[in-house]
Amino acid sequence: MNKKFVLGIYDDEDVLLTAIENIRAAGTKIYDVFSPYPVHGIDDVLGIKRSRLPIVAFFGGLTGMSFALWMQIWMMGFDWPMIIGGKPHIALPSFIPVTFELTVLFSAFSMVITFFIVSNLKPSLKVNVFDKRSTDDKFVMAIEVKEGATDMEALNNLLRSNGAIEVNEKEVVK
Amino acid sequence: MQHVSPIREPLVTGGKTYHDITEDVCRQVEAKPNVRWAAALAVALVGLAIFIYSVYRTLWYGIGEWGLNKTVGWAWDITNFVWWVGIGHAGTLISAILLLFRQKWRTSINRAAEAMTIFAVICAAMFPVLHMGRPWLAYWVLPLPNTFGSLWVNFNSPLLWDVFAISTYFSVSLVFWYIGLIPDFATIRDRAVGPIARRAYAVLSFGWTGSAKAWSRYETVSLILAGLATPLVLSVHTIVSMDFATSVIPGWHTTIFPPYFVAGAIFSGFAMVLTLMIITRKVFFLEDYITLEHVESMNKVIILTGSIVGIAYTTEFFIAWYSGVEYEQYAFINRAFGPYWWAYWSMMTCNVITPQLFWFRKIRRSLTATFIISIFVNIGMWFERFVIIVTSLHRDYLPSSWAMFSPTIIDIGVYVGTIGLFFTLFLLFAKFFPVVNMAEVKAILKSSSEVTHSHSKAATMHATDKDSNSNTHRNE
Repeated sequence: MNKKFVLGIYDDEDVLLTAIENIRAAGTKIYDVFSPYPVHGIDDVLGIKRSRLPIVAFFGGLTGMSFALWMQIWMMGFDWPMIIGGKPHIALPSFIPVTFELTVLFSAFSMVITFFIVSNLKPSLKVNVFDKRSTDDKFVMAIEVKEGATDMEALNNLLRSNGAIEVNEKEVVK
Repeated sequence: MQHVSPIREPLVTGGKTYHDITEDVCRQVEAKPNVRWAAALAVALVGLAIFIYSVYRTLWYGIGEWGLNKTVGWAWDITNFVWWVGIGHAGTLISAILLLFRQKWRTSINRAAEAMTIFAVICAAMFPVLHMGRPWLAYWVLPLPNTFGSLWVNFNSPLLWDVFAISTYFSVSLVFWYIGLIPDFATIRDRAVGPIARRAYAVLSFGWTGSAKAWSRYETVSLILAGLATPLVLSVHTIVSMDFATSVIPGWHTTIFPPYFVAGAIFSGFAMVLTLMIITRKVFFLEDYITLEHVESMNKVIILTGSIVGIAYTTEFFIAWYSGVEYEQYAFINRAFGPYWWAYWSMMTCNVITPQLFWFRKIRRSLTATFIISIFVNIGMWFERFVIIVTSLHRDYLPSSWAMFSPTIIDIGVYVGTIGLFFTLFLLFAKFFPVVNMAEVKAILKSSSEVTHSHSKAATMHATDKDSNSNTHRNE
């Protein structure tokens, strides 16, 4: 089904932030906001919850640490025990560097892979950009239009009175 | 609103708007390569050819092609390895540690510095792999079940720690760098006119649209990766230094090595960043983004790390005397006054004396002086590695095995060749990837630039006044 959006184009982050606050206060649901760089404070006004990626990173790191310790203790202590340099079979101080590196490796990769999956980022030729200027110098606010239920005139006025320099419509083929 | 600080200089000069940043950075990606770039690439390719030839000789005839001997079993190759790894560290330092410290001046230089990290680590990895003699068996360093039974790699060995440290460092840096590139690839994708460019950058940008939710996650990921990369940087060079410190060779067996190597790595890395940045800003007309303020900040880091390195040299000498161990004392006296005295004093001159010139504001803010000093630091840090490795080995406990090391033409070829490899990669990066992180520069534009497209007239006027007043000392 095709979806229709109204796009409000802004050219200043401060105007954008006030606009988001006012438009949400007016009871209009904002579909998404696109910006060329991370706008600080936008999470609060848009009501974006804190990301849970740090938790993923923590458990990834924990997995890496346990795996590294298990691997080294099992290989050096049980599977093929050999005394090297007079050290005991399970020489924990010697195992710290590898354990640390694998902790970091697992932590970073689990978090980054999760980030790609949840943000739906993958190499693809088909990219649905609402307005190409949003990766250059404009801030684009997208509001979904419900056929028959949305008063286009009022929406247009709402966006313009809150500082939008342009208001466009866009249909997206799903 | 534009904020004008009485004590801080703007980080972006020339009154840029968001669109100007896009234009300035994308220009060299979109335009035909300029002559200076092509000339530089030609020189780099000659270096690459030298590298390929030297590697071919090394592999075909064996590492007997190198000047190594029974006494000096590690020489030129490991010197180059440690030197390149050290250079790599500045990139992660700029992108990770300065991100954690909320240093805004990192934004214009972090992209190129991280690229430098990746390429420097690639160059570094060449040396231990070639030193194996049979690099096609390099996978033996991984803990894989093998055909000799379940014999595993030795986790007590610092050389194996290196394998884990360098490969983790490389992959995490690569991911960190790539994530930073995604939004900028999206910018180029949306501007691209040709079908090939549009497709290539569409794939590279991973379908980035810049939605608020994605940006929010993106910032979380960047911050945590920075938090992970920071101890990682310190651990990598610490582990490299343990290759030496856990042995019993006089001059190597010291507890000061980990911090001393890390400081040295940051020192040489910043010098290399400066060398590259001073050229890049000229070739690609990025003077407004990589300003004298940036150069000065980096020079301050060089003074700090250079002084730490200087103190470390002195401490080593003092401890050699204070320990009362005659082998240790001999090793250090031999370094300074033995057959390799020239290497030792080159190191002292380049690393301890030259960077101290940066205490003078005039020198710190002079591009020519900075460029020359940065080259000196690079040379000095190379000599530091050489002094540590060769002078400690060439006279060990057994005088009958004392020997001198001199590099062969192939040794020199591999080294010069990796510089060619490095510059080939860097030049290709600079042509096809955005050299300056556009998204991050845009994010600091309102708070740290000279004059923005401010909607407040008064602020603009004020900023313009400030600009004309301060221009006198900012002119190059």
